[in-house]
Amino acid sequence: MSTPTDRQARRTDNAQYGFAALLAVVGGYVLYDASTLHPGFADQPVQPNAFPYVIGTALLVLAALLAVATARGDLPHAEEGEDVDLNVRSDWRTVGLLIGVFTLNLALIDWLGWAITGALLFAGAAWVLGNRRIVLNLLIGVGLSVGTWYGFYVGLGVPIPAGILDGVL
Amino acid sequence: MDSFSLLLDGFVSALTLTNLFYAALGVLLGTAVGVLPGIGPAMTVALLLPVTYNVAPSSALIMFAGIYYGGMYGGSTTSILLNTPGESSSVITALEGNKMAKGGRAAQALATAAIGSFVAGSIGTALLVFLAPPVADLVVELGAPSYFALMLFALLAVTAVLGRSRLRGFIALFLGLAIGLVGTQTGQPRLTFGNPLLADGIDIVVVAVAIFAVGEALWVAAHLRRRPLEVIPVGVPWMSRSDWRRSWKPWLRGTALGFPFGALPAGGAEMPTLLSYIGERKLTKHPEEFGRGAIEGVAGPEAANNASAAGTLVPLLAIGLPTTATAAVILAAMQGYGIQPGPALFDNEPDLVWTLLASLFIANALLLALNLPMAPLWAKLLRTPRPYLYAGILFFASLGAYSVNFQWFDLLLLLAFGLLGLLMRRFGIPVLPLIIGVILGPALEYQLAQALAISDGDISTLWSEPVAVLVYVVILAAGLVLGVRSLRHARGPAASDDQSDREQVSS
Repeated sequence: MSTPTDRQARRTDNAQYGFAALLAVVGGYVLYDASTLHPGFADQPVQPNAFPYVIGTALLVLAALLAVATARGDLPHAEEGEDVDLNVRSDWRTVGLLIGVFTLNLALIDWLGWAITGALLFAGAAWVLGNRRIVLNLLIGVGLSVGTWYGFYVGLGVPIPAGILDGVL
Repeated sequence: MDSFSLLLDGFVSALTLTNLFYAALGVLLGTAVGVLPGIGPAMTVALLLPVTYNVAPSSALIMFAGIYYGGMYGGSTTSILLNTPGESSSVITALEGNKMAKGGRAAQALATAAIGSFVAGSIGTALLVFLAPPVADLVVELGAPSYFALMLFALLAVTAVLGRSRLRGFIALFLGLAIGLVGTQTGQPRLTFGNPLLADGIDIVVVAVAIFAVGEALWVAAHLRRRPLEVIPVGVPWMSRSDWRRSWKPWLRGTALGFPFGALPAGGAEMPTLLSYIGERKLTKHPEEFGRGAIEGVAGPEAANNASAAGTLVPLLAIGLPTTATAAVILAAMQGYGIQPGPALFDNEPDLVWTLLASLFIANALLLALNLPMAPLWAKLLRTPRPYLYAGILFFASLGAYSVNFQWFDLLLLLAFGLLGLLMRRFGIPVLPLIIGVILGPALEYQLAQALAISDGDISTLWSEPVAVLVYVVILAAGLVLGVRSLRHARGPAASDDQSDREQVSS
C-alpha cells in the first residue's frame, strides 16, 4: 500500500501525542471511577471494579506505547475513501461548522421539534459542505424532515415529538 | 435431513406477501445506500436500524438480510464504476473491475460481479443452513467457561489479526471495552457521570451510527474532493459466452475461499478476496489482461466477498459471536428485539431462524433480478452531489439516534462518538475492534461472573472444560507465532520500510 500523503519517512506526527493523551485521560478516568465503586454483593464473584481496573490500566499502557511509537516515527495510516482526498490540507473549518450545525440541532430539537430542526440540519450541512442554493436546500430539508416525521408517525408508529408544531402537524 | 423440512417451512413463511415486500424493500434500500460512496454495509444496516424498530421481528430480520446482501452488492458497483473503493473488502474488486469499466466493459464487470455474488451467496447460504444447526448443537453443550474463552478469542483475533497496526487495534478494542462498561449492569453505576440517562448503558445503535456515519461525514468534510470523481456510464449488464466461460470457475473458487474465512472468528473479506485475486492471476489463460481489466479478477474476489458474508453468519447465529462490523450491527439489532443469537436460538425461535435463512436465499435471488436491469439507475446514484449526500447522512443519523428515545442527550452522544470516529479515522484506528469490544465486553464480564458463580469463586473452573482449554492453547500458540514474527522483524536488517516499523512498535 502506498502512502497517499507525501510525508517524509522520519517526520513525527505530533498530533498523535494528543490522541495518546486523550487515551491516558480516558484510562485514568476509568481507573478513578473504578476506585469509587463499593465492593460487590456476596453473590457477585466478579467485583464490579475488576473489569474497569483491567481496562483502565490497559488504556494507560496503550497510551504510553502510542506515545513511544510516535516518538520513534510511527505514522498513522489515515483512512481512505471514495470522497476522501488525503492530498489536500485538512479542512478543519468545515468540520467545525458542521459540528456547529449539529449542535444547533440538538440544542433546539426539544423546543422546535424534528420537523424544523431536521430541515435546518440538512440545509445547514449542505451549505457548509459547499452547496449555496439556500432556498432550494431549505425546501429539500423541509420535505425530508416533514416526510420522515409523517413516515415514522404513520408508517412505523413511532411518534416523534412535534415540538413547537404540536397540533399543526 | 431435518434441516431441509425446517427450511421449507421457513420458505413458506418467508414467501408471504408482507415478508416478500420487506425482502424487496431491504434489497433495494441496501443496494441504494450501498452504492452511495462513503457508505458501506455496516453503516447501511446501522443507518437503517431505526426504520425497522416497529416492524415485526421476523419481517425486520428479513429486511436486514436484504440490506446486508444488498449493501455488499452495492459496494461492488461503486468500486467498479469509481476507482476509489471505500470498503476494504472491495479494494480487490476495484483493481480489475475499474480497468474493465475504463476499457468499455463496465457492463460485463457488473454482470460477473452480480451473478458471481448470486452464485456465491446461494452456495454460502446453503452451507450456512447445513452448518449452523450442528454447530449450535455442539455449542449449546458448552458452559460459561467455554463461552468466556470463545469470546476472548474472538476479541483477540479481530484485534490482532486484521488491520495494519496491532497497537492501534488494541487501542480500539480497549476504547470499545471502556464504552461497554458504562451502565449499571453490575448493580452499581459505572462511568455514568451521575447521569440517569446512562444507567442502561450506551445504546449500541447510537455508537454504531455515530462511529460509522457521523465520523465518516466529518472525516470526509475535512478532506472533501473538490473535483468529483469520474463515473463511468454503463448500460444494462450482460456477458458474452466467453465471459461466462471465464467466470464460472473463479466464482466457485472464490466461494470456496470466502466461506471458511468468513466463518472463522478472525475472518472478514480482506484475506479471501486477496487470495482469490492472486489465485486467479496464476490460473488464468489470459495473464496479459491482468492489470488491464481481466474478468477473472472481478469474478473471483466478488464471489469470495459474498461467500464470506454468508460465512460470518455461522458464528453470529450459532454462537452469538459477531466477527465483522456488519455482523456486530446485526447482532445489536437482534438484541434490540430481545432476540439473543446463539445456540439456543435454533431451539427458542425456530420459526424466526428458518424464516431468516430462507429469506437469505430470496434476498439473493431478488438482488440478481433487480440489480441487473437497474444497474444504470444505481450508477446515476453515484453522481449524487456530495453536499447533499453527507448532509443526508447527518440528517438520517440524527433521526435514527433521536428516534430511539426522543432524547436530545442521544444526539449529544451521537456527536461525541462521531468526533471519536473522526479521530479514529485521522489516526488510523480501526473501527471493528471498538464495535466488537462494546458488544462483547459486557457479555465477557457476564460469562465470567456465571462461570465463577457456579464454581463458587474457584478460578480453575475457567480451564475446566476441554473446549476452553483448546481455545486457550490456540490463543497462546497464535500469540507466540505473532510475537516471534515481530521479534524477527525487529532484528531483521532491512526493517526500515514502514510495515515492519509498525510491527516493531506494536509488538
